[in-house]
Amino acid sequence: MRHPENIPTSASFSRDHIQTVGNIFVKDARIECRSVDVFYGEKHAIQDVSLDVGRNEVIALIGPSGCGKSTFLRCLNRMNDTIPGCRVSGEIKLDGQDIYAEGLDVVPLRAQVGMVFQKPNPFPKSIFENVAYGPRIHGLASNKLELEEIVEKSLRRAGLWEEVKDYLRHPGTGLSGGQQQRLCIARTIAVNPEVILMDEPCSALDPIATAKIEQLMDDLREHYTIAIVTHSMQQAARVSQRTAYFHLGKLIEVGETAQIFTDPRHQLTEDYITGRFG
Amino acid sequence: MSNRTEENKSSNQGIRTHEIVKAGLHRRRAAEIRFKAYGFICIVAGLGFLMALFGNIIAHAWSAFEQTYVALDVTFDESVLDPEGKHDAANLASADYPALTKRSLAAMFPEVKDRLEKRSLNALLSSGAAYELRRVLAKDPALLGKTERIWLPVDDDVDMLVKGQIDRDIGEGDRRMKDYQIAWIDKLIASGRVEKRFNKQFFTSGDSREPEMAGIWGALMGSLFTLIVTGALSLPIGIASAIYLEEFAPRNRWTDIIEVNINNLAAVPSIVFGLLGLAVFINFFGLPRSSPLVGGLVLTLMTLPVIIIAARSALKSVPPSIREAALGIGASQMQTVFHHVLPLAMPGMLTGAIIGMARALGESAPLLMIGMVAFIVDVPGSLTDPSTVLPVQIYLWADSSERGFVERTSAAILVLLAFLITMNGLAVYLRKHYERRW
Ligand SMILES: Nc1ncnc2c1ncn2[C@@H]1O[C@H](COP(=O)(O)OP(=O)(O)OP(=O)(O)O)[C@@H](O)[C@H]1O
Ligand SMILES: [Mg+2]
Repeated sequence: MRHPENIPTSASFSRDHIQTVGNIFVKDARIECRSVDVFYGEKHAIQDVSLDVGRNEVIALIGPSGCGKSTFLRCLNRMNDTIPGCRVSGEIKLDGQDIYAEGLDVVPLRAQVGMVFQKPNPFPKSIFENVAYGPRIHGLASNKLELEEIVEKSLRRAGLWEEVKDYLRHPGTGLSGGQQQRLCIARTIAVNPEVILMDEPCSALDPIATAKIEQLMDDLREHYTIAIVTHSMQQAARVSQRTAYFHLGKLIEVGETAQIFTDPRHQLTEDYITGRFG
Repeated sequence: MSNRTEENKSSNQGIRTHEIVKAGLHRRRAAEIRFKAYGFICIVAGLGFLMALFGNIIAHAWSAFEQTYVALDVTFDESVLDPEGKHDAANLASADYPALTKRSLAAMFPEVKDRLEKRSLNALLSSGAAYELRRVLAKDPALLGKTERIWLPVDDDVDMLVKGQIDRDIGEGDRRMKDYQIAWIDKLIASGRVEKRFNKQFFTSGDSREPEMAGIWGALMGSLFTLIVTGALSLPIGIASAIYLEEFAPRNRWTDIIEVNINNLAAVPSIVFGLLGLAVFINFFGLPRSSPLVGGLVLTLMTLPVIIIAARSALKSVPPSIREAALGIGASQMQTVFHHVLPLAMPGMLTGAIIGMARALGESAPLLMIGMVAFIVDVPGSLTDPSTVLPVQIYLWADSSERGFVERTSAAILVLLAFLITMNGLAVYLRKHYERRW
């Protein structure tokens, strides 16, 4: 029974302000989104979002459940194409190339922009096959030994190797939820994508496994670009350089992570990160 | 203050929920037990009917697997078989073999003088006995001129009498056997010349007007050829269409129309497909009538919609997250389908295929339309030979008046069921083979 009037407001933009606050641009952007709208049939799930993602940057997408974080993330490697009735308009460029251009092949795009899904979805095949599948179809390994190397390296980086090294021929679906999530991370990084989209990759992980994944993100950032959706403010603060706050399909505020968490400028952002949301 | 009332309320509710659940528990359990009992009764009833059906069929059928034979001392008389002394095979093949059996019988029953009685004496033997003699001689030409004891099949009425299916006690006018015929048979039995043997004829020959000569092999081969055509066409076409429609085709008005039409086709009575086949395949394309080729084509039309619908629903039931996972790491649509979706959908697809093929195997109505109901003695050797199929054969025999066809009808049903079980067994094996290999 709290009343919004009681909150001391420090943010400079009120809740009614609907323009994105903060600088959406970065220098030398890897991904540029301009006026992106997404519709699920009649439902307007993403409304006029413009955002840049920089090179060697981890950007955290935060916001209340159902605000469109996953939807936005899925636009970046055109996974929304697979949902019947889903329409995307606006412009999304990867390295200056419009990924929604007519006739663009999504296969190289998705090999370049890997994704870890919100729900772990291992193939009903062996653990080894799960990780080896991507490198195999793309021809990343010239022989069996190389393939095994890739699999081991990927599983190690996802912090799963020690647990499964003796069970590589066992079904991936027989792992626990958190193990499956790490298996899916290993599967994604096995393809060596340059941009990685992670949708709540640590939602089912214990603190140790989470730390490993966060370390992985830090390592990957040296060469790659990562966009991560997370419900954990601490995680966003730990791993990301920039943070974007979504609310009901709109991008409310973007900025340096430190600034967003210490000095949010939009009232909605402040409500959310201080736990007053709702 | 407000916090405390809220807490009270919730804890009160906790107790009440527990009590309400407890009070209703008995009713829920009773409902569950009742439902289980109904289910059990249904299963038992279903099994009961099935057992009764099988029991009945097997009880009727088992005697058809035996045939009565009589041993005759046959003299392969050169003066009868080869009066001109040519000794060549063609000549021997067309010789007068019935004369040999007539002589043997006359030698055994010298008291029979009357022409009419003689004829009924000769009628004890099957008309196939002559063919049997020809076969024996062809196999061993050295028998020419010698006398040999040979087991020959008896007429179906005699067979029925020996198997106890003709009642000796009813009046002579009411049965198909004269009293004196029965006396001859009893004499033969007494001298140890009558024996029931495995009915090889039934499994090796085609149809015949004589029950004792009739076999299921022709119809079995007809069914086999027909199903080969059906399977070879409907499985690849059906599964490929299902994959295309489900995984690749755009969703628009055209695919909707196609979907509706496929669903409607599955509900079209099969005889309509027979008429269509008659008009298109036989009258327009001029394919041979009564042939397994046309039968298979007609059954393909009939089973295609069933297979497509089953395959599509099997594809639909593969969780979309699997597709996303594959697409998400850059698999092409085709790789996604063939590496991940198909293996998961395969068991369901095979189940659909089994149902479709089983329906095709048991189908008779559309095949009547394209002439597979004709009386065909020869065993078909190719897809274009005239033939019939098992269900039609069963229908034909069930419709025959001879007593001997009653047991053969049941036996043919058993053969049909065995065929079906073999086919399903193969499909189950394949399904097991495809199911989740790690
Ligand atoms: N396949 C879909 N079909 C229709 N509507 C959808 C679909 N997926 C998402 N939506 C709608 O789009 C909106 C945004 O969903 P989205 O999954 O992007 O939320 P989210 O921010 O990822 O939430 P969460 O944190 O719970 O994962 C929701 O209101 C949801 O109802
Ligand atoms: Mg989400």
